[in-house]
Amino acid sequence: MLSILRAIWRYRNFILSSIRTEFSNRFGRSRLGALWMVMFPLVQTALFALVLSAAYSVRLPEGGGKGSYALYLLAGMLAWAVFAEIVNRCLTVFIENSSLLKKLVFPRICLPIIVCGSAIVTNLVLLVVTLSIFFLFGSVPGLNIIWLPFLMVLNIALAIGLGIILGILNVFVRDVGHVVGIALQMMFWLTPIVYVPSAIPPAYQRILQFNPLYYLVQGYQNVMVFDTPPPWLPLSIITALTITLLGLAMLLFRRASEEIVDVL
Amino acid sequence: MSDIALKVTGVGKSYRRYKREWHRFLAWAGVTGLNAEENWVLRQISFSVAKGEAVGIIGQNGAGKSTLLKLITGTTRATEGQIEVAGRVSALLELGIGFSPELTGRQNAIHSAGLMGFSRAEIERVMPEVEEFAEIGPYFDQPLRTYSSGMTVRVAFAIATAFRPEILIVDEALSVGDARFQIKCFEKIRQFRALGTTLLFVSHDLGAILSLCDRAILLDKGNFIKEGSPQDVYDLYHAVIVEGGKPSTAAQEKIAPDRTQLVYGTREAELEDIFFVDEVGDRVEIVSVGARVTLVMSVRTNKPVVQLNAAYVISDRLGNYVFGMNTCDWQMQVENVAAGERIEFRFTFSANLGPGFYSIATAILPSALLTEGNYEWRGPALLFQVVNTSKEKFIGCSWLEQEISVGRN
Repeated sequence: MLSILRAIWRYRNFILSSIRTEFSNRFGRSRLGALWMVMFPLVQTALFALVLSAAYSVRLPEGGGKGSYALYLLAGMLAWAVFAEIVNRCLTVFIENSSLLKKLVFPRICLPIIVCGSAIVTNLVLLVVTLSIFFLFGSVPGLNIIWLPFLMVLNIALAIGLGIILGILNVFVRDVGHVVGIALQMMFWLTPIVYVPSAIPPAYQRILQFNPLYYLVQGYQNVMVFDTPPPWLPLSIITALTITLLGLAMLLFRRASEEIVDVL
Repeated sequence: MSDIALKVTGVGKSYRRYKREWHRFLAWAGVTGLNAEENWVLRQISFSVAKGEAVGIIGQNGAGKSTLLKLITGTTRATEGQIEVAGRVSALLELGIGFSPELTGRQNAIHSAGLMGFSRAEIERVMPEVEEFAEIGPYFDQPLRTYSSGMTVRVAFAIATAFRPEILIVDEALSVGDARFQIKCFEKIRQFRALGTTLLFVSHDLGAILSLCDRAILLDKGNFIKEGSPQDVYDLYHAVIVEGGKPSTAAQEKIAPDRTQLVYGTREAELEDIFFVDEVGDRVEIVSVGARVTLVMSVRTNKPVVQLNAAYVISDRLGNYVFGMNTCDWQMQVENVAAGERIEFRFTFSANLGPGFYSIATAILPSALLTEGNYEWRGPALLFQVVNTSKEKFIGCSWLEQEISVGRN
């Protein structure tokens, strides 16, 4: 464990320059550059806001207007976007870098760290944009916003733990990649991002309770939109779950890292 | 480990294949007794390499060369045995891995050095050298996508060799662009060697191995077959290829302190004697430049054969072929030979060779087709020396009869 951390520290320059490279590869030659980073979640939010609130007249039960629903969506998207990106990219990070892994010697843990790093940067930009939109709508988040950094760290850590485990398994059993693609799609709809939990039948609400992302997304919405504290009790369980997942990911990584190269 | 750069002890590599892929996960969890199929690609490899030594690794495709190099480099771990490496290993197997088209040559070089684990300060220090070695001028600060493939390779080689490693692994397949840059690269490799870097060189090219390596190792189907002087190992490699991978029929015998004679073939016929005679018919071992000599090959059959041909090739000290021929091509084959017959082939020529040491390898064979196999291949069958006793002083490996006229106005 300590040796992994030491390797990460020794390769910090490489990790940082890889993240930079990734962005310049993606946006270096486009005119809008970094704006594209957040375009996808923003457009998605706008579409949901338009379709769901205009066509189906979804409202927040607390009696907010159209605008507050958009903010609710934005808060959920902020949480979902980074979670989905980290899981999706960790899933294929070893497969995509197979030539690097096979031909060069370097700490392999750098690869998931690089994709997570770039996802985090993207998410921070999205955070800035989201907060700006909040201000534009005249909805300044209250004091509970101080919990947001903690929620973000927890969300990202959960995604990293899950992503690394799935990424390793995917090297050996490629079906994992396809299954996860579908599972993420389902998870999006099983998480109250575009709807409010009270709007669905109680029987389904029970299913939601088993979705760890439910509480995280709720936390984001609470501190950003409703200025209420995050759901602490479930979140403490999720914190424990996250730590377990991260530990498991490290164990699995140490066990598998030799064999990854052999099957790539 | 004081003067040993690399020590490989009983190394083997197996790729494990599980009946069900998820059995692998069970195995990680500590479950034993899963029947996994072991696929050994290397077995019981042991050798050591001294500091500053250059060793060639020879073998057919699939012999396990790449796997061995990967194990030494450290990208994959040995299933059994131990590999001890003194110092940093750098492998030039494929250039430009991890390069990104949007970055400039300089940024890519920095990025690549970071991937090798060097610190910012170390990288900054060698950057001017890298830029100079790559010789691509202002392009060094242009995005890589604007480069020709040759330019990319130049930058890649320059950064890959910016730091002198203790062990350098070079794959022959490495192409480094035009001839001039190639020479520069080999020069760099020689420089490293002079400074004490150990070289591991993988190649099918005898010339490159002979000129770069002190020693060679032959691998076949994952097994260690032989180590020895590059020429000896290469002869055996040749036998392995011709025999379709059955080195067992080959016999080796020491004929000089640094040369072993290799004999292989199906043995329907064999070479009994080989020697040079001069114009008056006396046996000679030292041949004078330009002298008329006859190479006598005396062959005896062990079994009746339909066709019998003799072939020989003269090689210089470095193993370069000087001259080779086959009686088949001259329509001089002997037909329907009974068992126990003796046949003498006599080849008379002027020894228009430069002074030096030469060796002759011989083959007794049914036809000129290598694939039909040899009755016997023997190399070197004869060693001889050429001295200049009668001609004017000259250099080079061949004597070209001169008629000189000088005009002066």
